[in-house]
Amino acid sequence: MTQDQKQTLRQGAAAAWPICLGYFPIGLALGVLAQKAGLPWWAVAMMSVMVFAGSAQFICVAMIAAGASTPAIILTTFVVNLRHVLMSSALAVYLQGINRKFLALYAYGVTDESFAVNLTKFRAGNWGRWQALIVNHMANSVWILATICGALIGQFVPQGAFGVDYALTGMFICLLVFQLQGRIYIITGILAAGLSTLWYLLIPGDSYIVGASMSAATIGYLLKKRYRRSQ
Amino acid sequence: MTFSDYLLLFGGMGLATYLPRALPLLYLAHKKMPQWLIDWLSLIPVAILSALIAPSLLTDAATRSFAFGKLELLVAIPTLLFSLKTKSLGGTVLMGMLLYWLGGMVWG
Repeated sequence: MTQDQKQTLRQGAAAAWPICLGYFPIGLALGVLAQKAGLPWWAVAMMSVMVFAGSAQFICVAMIAAGASTPAIILTTFVVNLRHVLMSSALAVYLQGINRKFLALYAYGVTDESFAVNLTKFRAGNWGRWQALIVNHMANSVWILATICGALIGQFVPQGAFGVDYALTGMFICLLVFQLQGRIYIITGILAAGLSTLWYLLIPGDSYIVGASMSAATIGYLLKKRYRRSQ
Repeated sequence: MTFSDYLLLFGGMGLATYLPRALPLLYLAHKKMPQWLIDWLSLIPVAILSALIAPSLLTDAATRSFAFGKLELLVAIPTLLFSLKTKSLGGTVLMGMLLYWLGGMVWG
């Protein structure tokens, strides 16, 4: 490895560790639930490799336990993961003109967490696609490992040690703070918080994430446009 | 379930996960995006992060009802202030974990 490659790897790893820390207990918990639902460890491994999507995997395990059909589980996965359309679109702003092979590989690892970390880094500048890809794949490796561990030995691990269940919430809070780079961002964030909570309480299902964030971004965009015009 | 049952299920789920992530990236990264779209997308991260966090802090997932004063919310306030002050991602993660851990012991 050249010095540059080592540097890239180090930067990627430095950005990925909070995600990995947060993924480990969640992956363990998923493995435990999957094992209880009757999935063998190799099926858990297969799922984490083929479907790198935490919340969809939890829902899948619950649906298998409840005896749901394969098409119903696949359709639910699709609906739950639609929010990634927004995330990939936002990432595309920073990956303009990159070759499609790289993008096809990169897309595999776009999760809520890797999106939030990479987009924040891209926006701050001094971040490249290779560092971003390393973040994606480190997070993915830890996730696969954690879910397999959960399926094999998860029931022997004590729950909630050292507040590790709060790792991802803490990470999201900090990444949200990094996004607040002007009044319009603060207004949009507050709108999204209010709308998503109301939406979550009033409308069953998972549409609240996509629905509230698109509505808040649209209102924020219109407000900004109007403010600009009035000046 | 047999191996081929799992393969079919996870294959379908894999596509349903991969396509929403890949298609926008493959399409938009090779297209000149209009300025209004770039402006709109610049507000998506803050909106989506807020929409991911707020319901988990303000509601009870089991009953899907409003819940004010959960430990998650109480810990979120000092964690937010800490991150505003330090701008450190790693530090904020550890601070949040520490507070949540201690809070869990006090709260029970």
